[in-house]
Amino acid sequence: MADTLVEIRGLKLEFSGFDGVSRVLDGVDLTLKRGEILGIVGETGSGKTMTALSIAHLVPNGVLTGSVLFEGEEVLTKSGGALQRFRAQRLGMVFQDPTTNLNPVFSIGELLTDAVLVQKYGIPGWKLLPVGRWFNRRQRQQAREEAIALLDRVGIPDAAHRMNSYAHQLSGGQKQRVLIAIALAGNPDLLIADEPTTALDVAMQAQILRLIQELVRERNMSAIVITHDLGVVARICDRITVMYGGIVAESGTVRDIFENPKHPYTKGLLEAIPTDQVERGMLRGIHGAPPSFLKPPTGCRFHPRCPARMSHCHLHPPAVARIGPTHETACYLYTDERHA
Amino acid sequence: MVRFVLQRLALTLVVLIGLSMLTFFVARIIPADPILLAAGPRASEAQIQLLRERYGYDRPLVEQYVRYMGDLLRGDLGTSVVLKRDVGPDLARYFPATLELVLAALLIGVLLGVPLGLVAAVYRDRLPDQISRVFSLGMVSIPNFWLAIVLQLILAFTLTILPFTGRFDRLLHPPPTLTGMYTVDALLTLNFEAFGTALRYMIAPAFCLSLGALATIARTVRADLLDVLGTDYIRTARAVGIPTSVLILKYALKNASLNTLTQVGLFFGYTLTGSVLVENIFSWPGIGNYAVSAALTKDFVPLMGVTLLTGFAIVLVNIVTDFFYLVLDPRIKYTS
Repeated sequence: MADTLVEIRGLKLEFSGFDGVSRVLDGVDLTLKRGEILGIVGETGSGKTMTALSIAHLVPNGVLTGSVLFEGEEVLTKSGGALQRFRAQRLGMVFQDPTTNLNPVFSIGELLTDAVLVQKYGIPGWKLLPVGRWFNRRQRQQAREEAIALLDRVGIPDAAHRMNSYAHQLSGGQKQRVLIAIALAGNPDLLIADEPTTALDVAMQAQILRLIQELVRERNMSAIVITHDLGVVARICDRITVMYGGIVAESGTVRDIFENPKHPYTKGLLEAIPTDQVERGMLRGIHGAPPSFLKPPTGCRFHPRCPARMSHCHLHPPAVARIGPTHETACYLYTDERHA
Repeated sequence: MVRFVLQRLALTLVVLIGLSMLTFFVARIIPADPILLAAGPRASEAQIQLLRERYGYDRPLVEQYVRYMGDLLRGDLGTSVVLKRDVGPDLARYFPATLELVLAALLIGVLLGVPLGLVAAVYRDRLPDQISRVFSLGMVSIPNFWLAIVLQLILAFTLTILPFTGRFDRLLHPPPTLTGMYTVDALLTLNFEAFGTALRYMIAPAFCLSLGALATIARTVRADLLDVLGTDYIRTARAVGIPTSVLILKYALKNASLNTLTQVGLFFGYTLTGSVLVENIFSWPGIGNYAVSAALTKDFVPLMGVTLLTGFAIVLVNIVTDFFYLVLDPRIKYTS
């Protein structure tokens, strides 16, 4: 498909640790179309961050198998300079905590100018180092102008002056804006935002989400937004993938998921959203805890917590059932094959 | 900032006064009489008394101290009873030699230690790291005076590529005295031949002195760099495509350099006071030899001078280190 940007097939990730092998991802399939904003939701430990990191081939020392195609090109075989250029030119990533993700000892102008030089101009690394930078002063000046424009675009007031500020002189929201600017400096095709608003206060969350949405639309990018906040995906996403215990439980358009949830886990998540109809102290949740990766439940990984559990759910993992043209779920309630 | 500097200098003064009191009174309380030594074994009671009065040793201790400090303020460091020379010119002659050696040692420590730690961190737990570890461990374990003798044997005696001892060729004139440090003076007067000569004499003792700093800096850089390379901001920079060379040499190294700076500051003190053995082996005409001979003859006026000057240098270097912190980490602010 020409309009497919990212296609993940059968992605598995294993970490071998002291107590054995942890299966963090167990066969994740995921498709992202060009121009689409995809939300990946799930509890802590559902594998959503690792899925996103694998697109950048940034998974820390685990065994990663399967396939991640970016415009038909395999990402997982990239390494060295090719991988670095891929990250620089095609991807932008924004992470959760803006305070720990911004280098404290360089001015934001320095960091952003470096990002522009590397991502947009493809400047080799040595020209950013103390002696080498002397050789491209003119280009650096130019990149600095662009950096100021970027800062201005992401909503930093008095951008030219702010270039000389350091991370500790900015508020959390401003830091996240700067990190968004750094991620977008090379006009990437895909923005991956991992919990971009979790560390921010509520008023700031809405602003940052709107900013991400605006930028993605105006630059014809695609985006993957990882969150455990269904309110976030409802606000800015086109499609949603619900992950549980290292697999995709359900995926569909925002309308599919919110109006016609199929997987018992998705239903539980939606019911757990606090509303003003619920009385005080009457918050609902999903019983139990996320599964252990060392000894995951057999069969469907959700079955120990599932309210609609059937006698055969623990035998084999369920196949994917197609609910509608855009809507799929991995649950025995919707498959014919009862004894696969 | 100006207030901070003034405050620091005032504090330096307090430190130096404390140091002077300590040295002065300890040196005078111990039962040793430089006058007896200076007068010689056959001096009569009257002669000894005369000497005592001449050097003011007959006055009460507190008065002697006050007089010494008064002279110090006028730039007079007193007179050695044994050598019968003024201490000031002696210090001016010997101190730059030691300072030159110490600075060269620290330079070697940084120039070799930082890359060694860097390589170890980048190739963590692989062969280069192991080599670096063994090397560092060896460097701190080997006594520098032992290495001094071995180097002398190999480089000067067997291979004859370096001079045996001394500071400069006896047949040549050292560069004119500007700072008293031959290499620096040679460079300042653009006398590259003299620079080369001075360097050849300095390299072996400086290397021996640098061992501790070198090894410690290598280990510090490795540990700090590994810490920083594991942080979120390095991962983020990697994710947005910053090349690994920039990540390590720029983004991580600056963050990791604070502890190394501290080490350099500390090692300045250690090396300055610990240069005696190496100076002795290489017959380096430095402050170490001067201080030891003064101590052996209970000649406490030169000792006072050495202690105060060394103390002053160490305090000064600490102030300079504090300013480098400002350059390296924008989060550090000095407020009064």
